[in-house]
Amino acid sequence: MNYTWNWGIFLEPSPEGVGTYFDMLLVGLKWTIATGACAWVWALVCGSLIGVIRTLPNRWTVGFGNAYVELFRNIPLLVQLFLWYFVLPELVPASIGLWLKQLPNASFFTAVVGIGFFMSARVAEQVRAGIIALPRGQSMAGLALGLTTAQTYRYVLLPMAFRIILPPLTSEFLNTIKNTSVALTIGLIELTARARAIQEFSFQVFEAFTAATLIYLMLNLLITAAMRWLERWVKIPGYGQGK
Amino acid sequence: MSAMITLNNVSKFYGPTFQVLKDCSLTVAKGEVVVVCGPSGSGKSTLIKCVNALEPFESGDITVNGISLKAPGTDLPKLRARVGMVFQHFELFPHLKITENLCLAQQKVLGRSRDEAMTKGEMLLERVGLSQHAHKFPGQLSGGQQQRVAIARALAMDPIAMLFDEPTSALDPEMINEVLDVMVELAREGMTMMVVTHEMGFARKVAHRVVFMDRGEVVEDAETTSFFTEAKSERAQLFLSKILSH
Repeated sequence: MNYTWNWGIFLEPSPEGVGTYFDMLLVGLKWTIATGACAWVWALVCGSLIGVIRTLPNRWTVGFGNAYVELFRNIPLLVQLFLWYFVLPELVPASIGLWLKQLPNASFFTAVVGIGFFMSARVAEQVRAGIIALPRGQSMAGLALGLTTAQTYRYVLLPMAFRIILPPLTSEFLNTIKNTSVALTIGLIELTARARAIQEFSFQVFEAFTAATLIYLMLNLLITAAMRWLERWVKIPGYGQGK
Repeated sequence: MSAMITLNNVSKFYGPTFQVLKDCSLTVAKGEVVVVCGPSGSGKSTLIKCVNALEPFESGDITVNGISLKAPGTDLPKLRARVGMVFQHFELFPHLKITENLCLAQQKVLGRSRDEAMTKGEMLLERVGLSQHAHKFPGQLSGGQQQRVAIARALAMDPIAMLFDEPTSALDPEMINEVLDVMVELAREGMTMMVVTHEMGFARKVAHRVVFMDRGEVVEDAETTSFFTEAKSERAQLFLSKILSH
């Protein structure tokens, strides 16, 4: 292999005219974080809602929730992003379609919604599992005190369910961050897209992707550490110590 | 005496064929203590959970303080708020401190202020002898202590009646009495109580009547003394001979 290593590439001015190649990566990282964070919030909100309605004693909400989960988790993420980005604007009335296409940062919003829905199906599955893992007497105790079903979920079931599913939720959060790289296919210039751009401009493919790899790794290790801290913070004294 | 809880021909099915409750009828008068006993699987726990509509039932009706559970427009949360319930497995909320367990429903359901709820909670904790544990979590208490907190939590709602679903069955033997003592005291104060239990000593001491159930049916409903001395049904006699022989 005839390859000239050049780690100094990151300090060289970027072909965009402002900043260095390293600055290019940082801008990409900014978009990765923005997309991942927004998609994660979306996934948490929708996923919690769907997870909850799948545990209600109502076969319509359960059926809707099940259909939602099966729909969003059984279609590849890439296909879902293409559907949102290329197909949806053609299906809606022309004026709305045009508005969608002309939206500034359309690929960012599409990525947030697409990845958000995709991940929400997985979050919904976790939330449901967390709720049904609780003893049935817990919801009975809430109801017996006169709490409404909504209050029982809010004050009794969900605080425990979320504690139980924190470790798997950490994995889903990391998956959300990693899945943002797929958004480069709809034109979002996030971290992976930036690494590719560096490769195309400078031909330093190994340096570019090594840097991207390390940045992803550091970002996700940071998130893991934060989630571990959260787990410790919400830990209940005396609970779950083998009784 | 007027009726606090009335069950009229309550029937409940699991699936199309298995009937857990068969035309159960009984009355608990105001201020009365009724013990419900019977072998495992006889439907006692299901029956008591029907009383505050935690278990749905297919036919018959239950009225609590004159309000029918089956009548359209009955506000179930409001009704449940007035009927205290104590569970076999305590069911304290593990993520909340003891004080929060006591205050949650007072504030969210009855709309009491934080101070009011705390005052009430502390008073009841004192009563069940657990004041020094106010700021612990349920997991840091013993089973008997947790069950006493659960009773205090139910009492904090100023209930008009209390339902006990095998309150001592999950306890270590040496903790049973501390819970029964609280219940005896409550009974002597005139609380209306419906108690599913195997504690025949408790029944003898405070129950006005004993209801014996078997296979989903109310087999016997008698005054306490006559239940223990001259149970009419063979099934009840057999049950008593087995549990009272030691």
